[in-house]
Amino acid sequence: MLSAMIEGILTTSVSEGLVFAFVTIGVFLTLRVLAFPDLTVDGSFVVGGSIAAIMIFNGCNPFLATLAAIGGGLACGAITGLLNTKLRMPALLAGILMMVGLYSVNLLIMGRPNVPILRSITLFDSVAHLFATTRSTILVIIVIAVIVFIVLVILNWFLRTEIGLALRATGDNEQMVRALGVDTDKNILLGCAISNGLVALAGALVAQNQQFCDVNMGIGMIVMGLAAVIIGEALIHPRGVASMLLAALAGTFLYRLFITIALRLGLAPGNLKLITALLVIIALAIPYIQKKLRHEWMPPAARW
Amino acid sequence: MDATSGKVVKGGVGMSENGSLLRLRGITKIFSRGTIDEVAALDNIKLDVNAEDYITIIGSNGAGKTTLLNVIAGVFPPERGGKVILNGNDIAGLSEYKHAAYIGRVYQDPNIGTAAKMTIEENLAMAVLRGQPRGLRAASNKQRRELFRSTLAPLKLRLEDRLNALVGTLSSGQRQAVALVMATISKPALLLLDEHIANLDPRTAQIVLELTEMIVRKEKMTTMMVTHNMELALRYGNRLIMMHEGRIVVDLNQEQRTGLTINDLVTAFEQASGRRFIEDKILLRR
Repeated sequence: MLSAMIEGILTTSVSEGLVFAFVTIGVFLTLRVLAFPDLTVDGSFVVGGSIAAIMIFNGCNPFLATLAAIGGGLACGAITGLLNTKLRMPALLAGILMMVGLYSVNLLIMGRPNVPILRSITLFDSVAHLFATTRSTILVIIVIAVIVFIVLVILNWFLRTEIGLALRATGDNEQMVRALGVDTDKNILLGCAISNGLVALAGALVAQNQQFCDVNMGIGMIVMGLAAVIIGEALIHPRGVASMLLAALAGTFLYRLFITIALRLGLAPGNLKLITALLVIIALAIPYIQKKLRHEWMPPAARW
Repeated sequence: MDATSGKVVKGGVGMSENGSLLRLRGITKIFSRGTIDEVAALDNIKLDVNAEDYITIIGSNGAGKTTLLNVIAGVFPPERGGKVILNGNDIAGLSEYKHAAYIGRVYQDPNIGTAAKMTIEENLAMAVLRGQPRGLRAASNKQRRELFRSTLAPLKLRLEDRLNALVGTLSSGQRQAVALVMATISKPALLLLDEHIANLDPRTAQIVLELTEMIVRKEKMTTMMVTHNMELALRYGNRLIMMHEGRIVVDLNQEQRTGLTINDLVTAFEQASGRRFIEDKILLRR
């Protein structure tokens, strides 16, 4: 009985967690690769969901709708990047402004707070149709797993290319990258765009999986991504591109595992955001407390 | 030789106006304009740098040495009307990364010149593409690794065996050596050294200085080296410039420089600035 329960918990964390790997990877790209704490995520997640939902609702091809959703996310990230690089706004402020503004944009896209696509053909239905089967949980998992795999492979390649290397270096030492003849503004723009494109992809897939999009479904997405990134790093101690990407993936699963267990233990879903916040606080506090105990010095936290 | 009299030159000793690699005209830089702190960090500088010049630049704190390098590197533009002409093109006003296509720079702080969380190989892979478009090709390959090894080997720091080491794990001397290689590996038209050994301990400083000498000589690189150290300024390079209050007050070519002592420089400084050297003694290290 216990093994059945554990199996249930694991399946749930995989099936519900996999899609959020895109969010984690997106957050990883901005926060860790670019050292750009981008809060646009809460908005761009719903941008992806709402664009996909409204297009599918109106009978559009779900593949096209998903691509359009990614495009919406790319645009959001690019704007955040522009606010930061061209108008010199601190990254956090740029992200907050986008997050707040996008809430209204999402209402405008959908024309109402939520769009159901229960009777429409989603990406998962199309894929099921392609393989002459019907939509099922296992099919959804496989489809998302394949896309996650493709994204990871592409990023693993991209971050080692000439452009990718300059992108990573921008987060490490922007001054140096400029002194090597690279336009760091462009890199920040590119990184934010890719990140939010992935987040929007997650939003589009979530909306199609749950068969509706709600304007509030992005709340707390950034903290979730943050939690997953931090958990993954604590687990794997990544060094190098591939292990960093795998850490993001592992972090997502572990985070979902915590959440699923918390739910199984009878926690109300409304408490999950608190759990997530506490997870991040604990994960961030531990290294500080460890250093404190060892009497090591740690600089004061940045206020921006 | 009365080394200093009559050697106070305004502007450069450029051979021919058009033969110069870098020409600076009317370069002024004013900080905190319109406030009580307004200061002209650079005051109408005219300078011709010829190809293969190795210029050492000395001057006390606030003389404008680093500001001059910053203007040349495009960190900020000069005041309106100033011209930074590199290879015949006026690049004043272009952004820093565009200047960097032609100009390599090593900073005082080794941390600025290298990316700590990336490997030696990755750092060099970025540097080797200075001034070239970056694409979706793999950043490093066997051929480039060979280039990195053969470039690092003459430094005799055994860095060529540690291409996969994170730069953050290197000592500051090693980091500065990597920074130096990064600034020069693509053979830029101009190399700027901004007190690049000032933060190193004496022994490491000596090593990095010798590496600099080796690279500059081998590549016949046009170089401008800012230093506080008058002895170094006399020992290295083929031309010496002394700055004071945003102006070039002494400009000596190889011939004029030969046989000069630190005391001659002090006299030159006093003549040029109209000040007793004693005030700047501490700042201009002997």
